[in-house]
Amino acid sequence: MTLDLDTLKQMVRGIITTRPDEIGCDECFEQLDRFVEMKLAGKNAAEAMPLVEDHLERCDDCREEFEALLAALRALE
Amino acid sequence: MIERTNQEWLTALRGPGRDGALADLRALLVRGLRYALASWSVVDEAILEDFAQDALLKILAGLDSFRGESRFTTWAQKIAVHVALTELRRHRWRDVSLDEMTGSLDAEPSTALRRGPSTGSGHRFIPDTLADPSAGPEQQAIQRMLLNTLRRIISTELTDRQRQALVAAYIHGMPLEEVARRMGTNRNALYKLLHDARQRLKKRMMAEGLSPQDMLAAFGS
Repeated sequence: MTLDLDTLKQMVRGIITTRPDEIGCDECFEQLDRFVEMKLAGKNAAEAMPLVEDHLERCDDCREEFEALLAALRALE
Repeated sequence: MIERTNQEWLTALRGPGRDGALADLRALLVRGLRYALASWSVVDEAILEDFAQDALLKILAGLDSFRGESRFTTWAQKIAVHVALTELRRHRWRDVSLDEMTGSLDAEPSTALRRGPSTGSGHRFIPDTLADPSAGPEQQAIQRMLLNTLRRIISTELTDRQRQALVAAYIHGMPLEEVARRMGTNRNALYKLLHDARQRLKKRMMAEGLSPQDMLAAFGS
């Protein structure tokens, strides 16, 4: 199998930046509509909801859903 | 489409004559999904309609859980995106078996990564050395030490399930949802399992004298 440098670096970074207060996917999903509306309004969503921001940086599934939702809402605005 | 407040949406969707509201919401979800899924070439109009229909059922079943913290339509679109991407991921990864994937843990490593003779048992997906052109000699020494430690503690500190999830998700980039399905759990629980694994690895690395600063310096960019 192949393991490229970027994948390994990303995994190591994921391990060493682990924090005890991370939220899970369910909690992130619950708050995602509020988070995405703050983004759309040009507010600092990352500062207001840091645990959601942190989860989105770590979880590709949730990040993908967030970005797709943002794209939909931007287009419909 | 009629503009509705959150309360008007809820009232309309719960009321006897909800057909108009349902049709409006379905149309809105389809339009949103068209943009949300623009990068998925397998998605056509019929699939969009199916996703919107599945989402509508979930939305109606979950109306009581809407807490009014956003616009109702944002909340509904969030559910539609989740429904659609869950299905698309399932389709994209349908032929991939977790056993085959994680069974390759002990397979021969890529030639892209130089590695020395095998040290210790198992988990050879972590190479001994990295062909990292951007690293100087000192940084490479730290990388080597870190990789040795990482390989050892992945073997000794993690449970089989944690190891399997870590390899599938972090090494192979399989969506958590898909790893979870194959491991008989759900995405949230799998995230927590991986979080516990990361915490364990981090704690152990620090106990072995590898500071986060050193590690970030070695693998920072």
